[in-house]
Order: sequence, then structure tokens, then C-alpha cells
Amino acid sequence: MATKLLRMEHVNKSFPGVVALNDVEFSLEAGSIHALLGENGAGKSTLIKVLTGVEKMDGGEVYLDGNEIHVTSPFDAQKKGISTVYQEVNLCPDLSVAENIFIGREPKKHGHIDWKKINEDSKELIKEFDLNLDVTKKLGAFPVAVQQMIAIARAVDIKAKILILDEPTSSLSQAEVEKLFDIMRELKKRGLGIVFVTHFLDQVYEVTDTITVLRNGGYVGTYKTDELEKPALIGKMLGKDFDSLAEISVTQREAGENPEKFIDVENAGTAKIKNVSFSLNKGEVSGLSGLLGSGRTETARLLFGADKMTEGHIKIHDKNVSIKNPLDAIRCDIAFCSENRKTEGIIGELSIMDNIIIALQAKRGLMHVVSKKEAAEIADKYIKELNIKTPSRDQKIKNLSGGNQQKVLLARWLATDPELLIMDEPTRGIDIGAKAEIQRIVVDLAKTGMSCLFISSELEEMQRCCNTMYVLRDKKIVDKLSGDNITEANIMKSIAGEGEN
Amino acid sequence: MKKFKNSLEIRPFLALIVILLACEVLYRVMFGDSFFKITMVDGHFYGRLIDILRNGSKYVILAIGMTMVLATAGTDISVGSVMAIAASVACSIVDERILPSLHGNVFAAVLIALLVGALCGAWNGFLVAKLNVQPIVATMILLTAGRGIAQLVSDGKIVTINSDAYYFINGGYFLGLPIPFYIALFVLVIAIILTKRTALGMAIESIGINSESSRLSGILVSKNLWVIYIFCGIMAALTGIVESAGIKGADCNNCGLLYEMDGILAVALGGTALNGGRFSFVSSALGALIVQTISTVIYAFGVTPELTKVFKALIVVIICLAQSPIFMAKLKGIFSKKGSVAA
Repeated sequence: MATKLLRMEHVNKSFPGVVALNDVEFSLEAGSIHALLGENGAGKSTLIKVLTGVEKMDGGEVYLDGNEIHVTSPFDAQKKGISTVYQEVNLCPDLSVAENIFIGREPKKHGHIDWKKINEDSKELIKEFDLNLDVTKKLGAFPVAVQQMIAIARAVDIKAKILILDEPTSSLSQAEVEKLFDIMRELKKRGLGIVFVTHFLDQVYEVTDTITVLRNGGYVGTYKTDELEKPALIGKMLGKDFDSLAEISVTQREAGENPEKFIDVENAGTAKIKNVSFSLNKGEVSGLSGLLGSGRTETARLLFGADKMTEGHIKIHDKNVSIKNPLDAIRCDIAFCSENRKTEGIIGELSIMDNIIIALQAKRGLMHVVSKKEAAEIADKYIKELNIKTPSRDQKIKNLSGGNQQKVLLARWLATDPELLIMDEPTRGIDIGAKAEIQRIVVDLAKTGMSCLFISSELEEMQRCCNTMYVLRDKKIVDKLSGDNITEANIMKSIAGEGEN
Repeated sequence: MKKFKNSLEIRPFLALIVILLACEVLYRVMFGDSFFKITMVDGHFYGRLIDILRNGSKYVILAIGMTMVLATAGTDISVGSVMAIAASVACSIVDERILPSLHGNVFAAVLIALLVGALCGAWNGFLVAKLNVQPIVATMILLTAGRGIAQLVSDGKIVTINSDAYYFINGGYFLGLPIPFYIALFVLVIAIILTKRTALGMAIESIGINSESSRLSGILVSKNLWVIYIFCGIMAALTGIVESAGIKGADCNNCGLLYEMDGILAVALGGTALNGGRFSFVSSALGALIVQTISTVIYAFGVTPELTKVFKALIVVIICLAQSPIFMAKLKGIFSKKGSVAA
């Protein structure tokens, strides 16, 4: 057999208090697409960081084309032919597309940058990717999907032998994903080795040849994709049998009898959305469905006072309330987990404990301080109840994995003892195990009488959790489904507007 | 012990001790006398340490206001001008140039000057919190306009005053120690109580780290910012009052000149990150004392005036390097390499 393009052996890496990688191996063949899978915190990101020189490994060897290499920095990795495209595009939005493609390696003519060549070559290059756009425009003007394509184009153009795609699909539409896959297959034909990190297992089966699974920083195994069935794969990722998984996904669907109404929204609107009317019952999970940009998040932000309400009324328990800012909403027992965990959720440098109690503290008022003792008790209670994986409550939240950060944010809101919990894409970008856990928590909370408003792009998840569902299209609520009518087919129909007549 | 090692206060504390000890050694070698010599005259302590305490107190007061602002990832570069405004208001009242109906009442003068400081802070806060102007730009307005306002108040003249009660604010003693020390101590205690006994401290940190997350967690970000800028304005005014009591008058062009930089320097030396987040008033107070110590040392050693700025910069560079973990790790690396070669 030919030498492997890349071989990593006995890789070890520890962070203070955590062993992130423990004797991990990984090998990649030229002209193949290799999925790197595992739950959040399994060590995928760390392995990639080690490979690309972002982090230094504590021990182990890396061989490229059979020769041992020592990658010292991301730049060094690029020079050696290892390119990475991250989930969050890390190009410069204020530079032009062409500048982004050539940054750091500008062609020169008479000591000056040859702009003509940059622009022409860029245009040529992105044509290969079926993109036809003005390369002199700012990168930030294009949708994330296009930016990602450009990032890949750049990576390929710098003569990469290995292309690492770290969750490239989480912000792409289905059509864009298809296009990305076409490109990946094309690159594979050219002999590139592609490492594909993702949470979407369907995509793994669609495009990859080989799968390597990590769990808790350890190496589980490497398998041929067509020889490993999905349930078995999930079992390997979670370290559980599939039977126990099936149990996680049990849900309740029956609505309570004579549900009590909690909140009534009448013709409310903000600068971003107008004429919103709906009501939510206690003890029920309600869903907001619709395409990206259909007004789901805007509706949630309206309820929570995150955007200023300019018209209409909100009634809670049949009494008019005025919600001018998030604090008002919190004092009306409303809680809101934003879809943007990093920018609108966590307060990275603060401890888990402070992150949990901050909303409760705000609700009580800054003058009525939550004592250290009480804060510790609350934090410990939720760390245990929600199964948050952390060495201590004093750990900074930014050091946790995505799924655990999400749980801390959930704890923040549960600590305020809300009557209405709004969750916008709470399961995006987190692993299956944590996903199922969060779904179950939502359903359980509704059982205790809480009213939950659940927003998710994954219809299957919505279908399983919701008692009632509002469907939005073009910033309007166009349909209400309940009980057994909540099927993927019905939702799609409403979204597409077929149920109108 | 570990907790102590990790606290923000330890580095500036060590830095201060090291500087003072170095001075003592050098001073004994050069002049055969103790740098720390403290004598008792008329029941008051005299000596360089007392001078550092008296003159450093101004920086401590200023740094406490600045710490709050910097911890919210903001900045206030108008404090020097606010000092000038407050000084000219207070001195003009004491001198009965304005508001003669108060008959030069010192207490009223101080109170009104503090109020004016609060007003300046409110203006900064309005721009930053309500209009979302970048803090450095917002406070630049008062930085430039402030001295003009101060000159309007004092008719463009240097206001000299003759009031023992007002002098007392800077030159007085209580239990043998200078009054500014007690003012600084009082302010420090108030600031600590304000932030630790309430959740204001956590709010400040969380706003500094991620203001949108804080807003969505129910923190009234703009209201809090407003309060913080007002507090900083009051602290600047208080500093201006102490300063003018020391020079027995208000000079609008020079009062508090470049103090904004000294204030920021004090906070930075104290270890509070200038882009927001964790902060400690005690650290900033220690940082302020370091700033003053450097000045006192320069005079004590008779460094020629042309060299004082260079000398000051040199000491600041050394302290900053000593506080940089990367630099210290490199230094350690060099030494351990040498050590192993020797062995």
C-alpha cells in the first residue's frame, strides 16, 4: 500500500485540568474524504489545532508523505500544504474578495502589488467554484455561504495537499451544501486529502470514504464509511448502545387538558417585524417554524423586549404588561436563550457560577446581591441537574464545550424560575447526546407547567417536542398546527404556502 | 496561598515593594542616608514615604474612577479637563468671584465642584450610553472643550485663593498623616462597598466582557454605564479639588494636564485589562502609588529635568515587562538554559 498522505501517532495534549487528547492516532489518504467525528469535547477541535500548529502537542509524531514534520504555527502549516477552513469564516470582511484570496502572497510587479493580476486570477479561480461575482467588492457583502466557498477557494489555491473543513455546513442551506459536496468530490479527484468535521451524520454518509471517531479525548477507531451503519456509529460516538439512545428520544405529544393561557400577543410589532398575534399556554411546548429570515428570531426578541416594541399589546395572565427591555421581560417571568451563544449568550471571562446567576441577580436588582453561598448552591444544583461537565463551578465558561455552554445558559434562565422559556436554536452546533438531553429537558419543563417556545431549523426535532406550532413565512405567522397535525409534510406545506387556498 | 498568588493585587504590590527597596539601597549607596527616613515635626510625620502618600492620593482617587470605566471596556480621557473645571469652580467660589452669596464657604464650594464633575460625567455617559458614541471620541469632546469651560469660569485668569480651610484639604494632617490619604482611603472603601456589597461589580465586569450578552441577561447596560461615567466625573472633580488645594489656586491651563494618561497608566500598572473585564480597585490604588513613587524618586535622586520623562518611561517599561507573563517565561528560559550549560 502506498504511503499515507498524513499520519499522526500517539498524539497527547493536556490543558490545565483536562486531558484533551490521549494517545490519539489519525491517518489520511490522498484522494479521500475522511470524517472526523465525536461529541463536543471529544477532542476533534484539539486534534485539528495540533495539526495546524495553533496548539503545541505534548507528545506524538506527525508524518506528511512519510516524513516526520513539526508544525510550529498556522502559517507554517499552510506552507507545508495543510489548509483549514473554519466554521466561522476567518477572512477579513472589510477587504475585497480578491484581496482575501491573495492576502499574504500578493503577486508583485516592479515592487508594487499587481492588482490587475490579483483581480483576474481571483476571478478565474472562483469560476472553478461556480461563483461569478465581482471580486473587487468587499467580502462582507456576500452571504456566509459564498464567503465559505471563497475561503475554500483560497485554501485550495495555495497548493494545499490537505484541506481541513471544520463544520463548514452548519451555516449553509441544503442547496449550498450540495454545491460544497460537489466541490469536495472534485478536489478529491485532484488528489487532495480532505478532513471533514461535522455534526450532521447524513452528510457523513453522503460524502465521506472513511470515518475516525474520537470520544473523551481518546481514539475509538477508524472505519470504512460504507461498512459502518449509522446506529453503530452513534453508539461509538456516545459510548452507549443504540437501545439506550432510542430511550432518550421519547417524547410527549399530547397537549394538557384545558390548558391555562399564559401570554397573549396582540398585533405587536418592532422595527423588524409587524402585526404579530398569538398566544402561548402553560404546560405546552410551542414551536416557531419557518425558513431562515422568516421572522422566528424577531418574534422571540419581540416577546423578550430585546428589540423595542413599537405597537400592539402583550397580556400575561390576561393583564396588560409593558415590556420595554429584557429586564422587564425577566421580571414578567420570561426567559430567552439566544441563537447566538457566543455573542448574545455567554460572558466568556466570567465563571460558570456568575454566568448562571447573572439573570437572577438582574431580576432581583443589583442592590440585592445574591450571596456567595446561595450562588454556589444554585450553580452546583444546576451543574448536577443538567449534567454540565466541568471540573468546578469556578471554571470560566469559555473553556467549556458548546453543548455544556448551552446547558449553563439554560441554567441561567432556569435559575430565574421562568413561566415562559424561549429557546432559539438551542441545539445548533452541539452533539447528538447533548441535543437529545436538551430536547428532553424542554419537554420535562413543560410537564412541570412551564410554557416553552422552541425555535429550531430541524423539523424532526420540532415535530418531536412541540404540542403546537406556528409557521412563519415572510415575517408573518401563516399557520398554526397542533397535536397530530404537526408532521414534517404539513409544516413544509405551510412554509411553501400550499395550504393557503 | 494559591488564591493570593492568583489575585490581581499581588503583582502591583510586589512591583511597589521592589521599587521602594531598590530606591532604599541606591539611596544609601549614593547619599549614605535612608530613603525611608521619616521624622516627626509638630506632631506630623515628614519624609518621602509621606510625600508619596500625600501626592499619590490624587492618583488613587482618579484611578478608582478610571478603573470602573476601563473595566466596562470604555475609557475617559476627559478627566484632566474635568479636574481643571472643578478646580476653577471651587477656587472661584472660595474667592467669591462667582456665587458671592455663598461668602466663600469651602464646604459649599467643594460640593458644587463635585456636582459639576458629576454633570461632566453625565454628559460623557449620555454620549457613550445613550448615543453609542465610542468612549474615546465621546470623552475627547470634554478633553478639548473642558479647559475652555474652566477658563470661562475663571475669566481666563489663574485664580489664587486665600483660605486655610481650603488649604487643609491638601496640606492638613489627621493623626500625623496627610488629609489626602484619608480622602483616598474613604473613596477606596466606598468604591469597594459599592461594587462588592451590591452586584454592580459583576455588572461592570460582564458589560466589559460582553455587553450584548449582559443586556439580554437583564442588566440595564446603558443605565449602568451612565452611573459609571458620572462616578468617574465625580472622582476627577475630587482630584481637581485636592490638586488645587495643594497649589493654593486654580490654573486652568495646567491643572490636571496629562492626568488622564497617568490615570490610565495607574490602572494598567495595577493589572486591570484596558479592554474590559476583571478589575480591582486595590490594584489600581497600588498602581497609582507606583506612578507617584516614580516621580518622587526622580526628584529624590536629583535627575536633571530634561531626563525625567525618559527616566519615567524607562521605569514604566521595566514594570510592564515584569508583568508580562510571556516576557517572564522567556527570561526564565534564558536563565535556565544558562544554568544547565554551567552545570
